[in-house]
Amino acid sequence: MGLSGYLALPFAQHALIAGTLIAIICGVIGPFVIIRQMAFAVHGAAELSFTGAAAGLVVASNPVAGALIGSVVVAGVIGAMGERPRERDSSIGVVLAAGLGLGVLLLSHYQGFASAATSILFGDIFGISTGQIVLMVALAVVVLVAMGTIYRPLLFSSIDPELAEAAGVRGRLLGIIFLVLLAVTVTEAAQVVGTLLVLSLAITPAAAASRLATAPLAVTGISVAIALGATDGGLLLSLGGTTVPPTVFVTGLSFLAYVLARLIGPSLASRRRARLQAARAAEEDQPNSLE
Amino acid sequence: MGEPMIVLDEVTAGYGEHPVLRHLDATIERGEFVAVLGPNGSGKTTLIRLLLGLLAPSNGSVVVAGTSPSAARSCVGYVPQHRGFDRDLPIRGRELVELGLTGSQLGLPLPRRSRRRRVDDVLELVGANAFATAPIGMLSGGEQQRLRIAQALLGEPSLLLLDEPLLALDPRRQHEITTLLDARRRATGLTVVFVTHEINPILPFVDKVLYLVGGRAALGSPDEVLTTATLSDLYDAPVEVLDVGGRRVVLAGDAEVAGLLGHHHHDHGHDHDEEDSRWD
Repeated sequence: MGLSGYLALPFAQHALIAGTLIAIICGVIGPFVIIRQMAFAVHGAAELSFTGAAAGLVVASNPVAGALIGSVVVAGVIGAMGERPRERDSSIGVVLAAGLGLGVLLLSHYQGFASAATSILFGDIFGISTGQIVLMVALAVVVLVAMGTIYRPLLFSSIDPELAEAAGVRGRLLGIIFLVLLAVTVTEAAQVVGTLLVLSLAITPAAAASRLATAPLAVTGISVAIALGATDGGLLLSLGGTTVPPTVFVTGLSFLAYVLARLIGPSLASRRRARLQAARAAEEDQPNSLE
Repeated sequence: MGEPMIVLDEVTAGYGEHPVLRHLDATIERGEFVAVLGPNGSGKTTLIRLLLGLLAPSNGSVVVAGTSPSAARSCVGYVPQHRGFDRDLPIRGRELVELGLTGSQLGLPLPRRSRRRRVDDVLELVGANAFATAPIGMLSGGEQQRLRIAQALLGEPSLLLLDEPLLALDPRRQHEITTLLDARRRATGLTVVFVTHEINPILPFVDKVLYLVGGRAALGSPDEVLTTATLSDLYDAPVEVLDVGGRRVVLAGDAEVAGLLGHHHHDHGHDHDEEDSRWD
């Protein structure tokens, strides 16, 4: 069967819809993950969704619901343990280790097929049901609306926490809200690329984008574009007649975008620096504007 | 109008059991330019936090613009002590300045022409037009500081609090910024509260000096406060204030007091070009 044949099948359509939704929310969350130095939180939330999935499997034979509820709990715990980066990193490490141990324990008590839990480690994009799609649409809307609502205060407190606090922005509360949104996004993304490779959608596109653009909205736009290209491109490549799992293409494409951005980035930066120098020099030539 | 900008009544504040400020009374009128001086740990930053409503006094009352500090927030601009921005922070000067107006609002940042113009105006005011579209991390400390001042002015505050705003600036920029602030308060009635180690660059503009030492304070004109008698009383030790070629120099005979004064930091009269060269 060729690509067009596959595209007529529900599993492929579901995969593309799910991939698109996840790419968009990951692309939006990513730049804040980078500014707030939360890559480890992404990793932690992703791996802990394995524990949540195992718990969901044991309790209600529903790994996705388990992973989602688990991620919100984990975000709450990590958020409550402190906002300062150093404090946060060590508390994530502690919660992560304990949580993974718990996940192993849960799985050892599970009598059914463990493949439902292992699929959350590596992703199972071609196994998404209509019900899951509905849930994903709902969650994507929630994440996007919430991010749109807190965008400016979150940016303010990410860039200049002290000043934002003085202006009345409740940085700690925003930090916890963002952590919950991040955990939900990461858990959703885990279904595409798996918990082990979530960073390729939640970090890599934004990391590439911030080497290309300097305005916050432009960075977000490019980050979404790269995430979309990697996810949908990766799915289409995988459908186009290979036996290679889509995860490989998705991570490969997003890594490729990052490598390109690193190659192009320095020349963009030196051009900006040259423009800055020229502007400074032009100002020096003028009589002092302030007097 | 008439009412004062800031009224501190019997304010005691600080962290833990040893308050940094004790029974502080001070009234600052609208449109005044006030320098807050004192050795490290004397409560200068605590005072700023009180005025911003980030810290509640353990005793006494703080009134800003006739109301509580947190209710007065929208008419207060703040320039925090300089910390450099990360080199690869994905934001430009313009957007940083704009956050001064929109940073606490919910909802998406839709561009507005009126806001654009206001940002242009404050950028022009502090002379930041040339570098406002460069990434913030690419700029010098002085350039970042000017953007912060623009950000604080964007909301058209009636009170401007500045914590060591001259530290990252070379002498020429120090002069420009202080002149600018002075012109601004003359034009708009802005009240300026200026925490500093260095009184001399701002001495020509200052109406009042609030001098804090070990929980005690003196408030008055520079000629009243920066005297041998007042400072000796405040430090509870002999301190001498000299006028050297138009600069105030505070000298202490007692080694302990000299330590309090902090030598090169606090010696108001030392050639400040020398210190500034470190910041160029």
